[in-house]
Amino acid sequence: MSKLSVPVGDKDHRQGDPGAACTLVEYGDYQCPSCGQAYPIVKRLQKHFGKQMSFVFRNFPLSQMHPYAEPAAETAEFAGAHKKFWEMHDLLYENQNRLDEDSLLDTLAEELHLVPAQLHKALETKEFQPRVKADFKGGVRSGVNGTPTFFIDGQRHEGSYDFESLVEAIDSVLE
Amino acid sequence: MTAILSAGTKAPDFSLPVGPDRKISLSELKGKPVILAFYPADWSPVCGDQMALYNEILPDFKEHGAELVGISVDGAWCHAAYAKDHNLHFPLAADFEPKGAVSRAYGAYRDVEGFSERALFVIDKDGVITWSHLSPILVNPGADGILQALEALNK
Repeated sequence: MSKLSVPVGDKDHRQGDPGAACTLVEYGDYQCPSCGQAYPIVKRLQKHFGKQMSFVFRNFPLSQMHPYAEPAAETAEFAGAHKKFWEMHDLLYENQNRLDEDSLLDTLAEELHLVPAQLHKALETKEFQPRVKADFKGGVRSGVNGTPTFFIDGQRHEGSYDFESLVEAIDSVLE
Repeated sequence: MTAILSAGTKAPDFSLPVGPDRKISLSELKGKPVILAFYPADWSPVCGDQMALYNEILPDFKEHGAELVGISVDGAWCHAAYAKDHNLHFPLAADFEPKGAVSRAYGAYRDVEGFSERALFVIDKDGVITWSHLSPILVNPGADGILQALEALNK
């Protein structure tokens, strides 16, 4: 079974207590429809497990197949540099079907009181590309072969990613 | 079912179409490491993910000077449409006529279904297989094994 080769650390985007009994890591792509389906499932898991689980999101954009995935990932990282990663993460998934609209990233940035001009500059200079690429490479090393891929306490979740399957897998770690 | 060729075996040469008017042969790639990725079919969902992943990780393969070739029994026109749709930046070879002959030579053909196994081979610059991996047909093998095999070449 594949294991997470890059341990969860300070640089990760994490929701929940680092000391939580279980850590769920997702490698995801903002344009991937399956990740879009997984998004509300993760929200339900967070509600279900409360303080017992923390959640980490890492970028795995298949940019050759999904042309909007990389700019979306860099936009989330840009928001992250302004302490608004999760807000942008959520907005991107909630507006996934509009990623092809030219002005969408600007609109989302404005919604979070970020400056679109700064976002443009960050995207043009590829300021956050190394971060996204580093996530991707670490994912490949951990055996991520598509999205979404979940790791529960460092072990790749091999089953389906519906709510019940993930609850069962997390429960078995918590026991 | 025969076993796939293992490390230490000389890689059988082949010459296959990689488009309606172009062919690729293993011998012309000699001098560089080569990754052969046999897969069952264009357009099937798992292969899609697998080829999309390799497409993405291609720059890392290139860092090792390696060439990646995908191989299935689909015809050249099918490959061309698939590569265009998925924006693939590496050649897809058509093991189409005689059907599956190259896949058979590597022990990577499924007689019952009539398509290639999901099998990976890393071949060194001298044309010898240094690593091979057979994946269950529905399991995307990822790229970590290939990267490790490429790193081992340089040791």
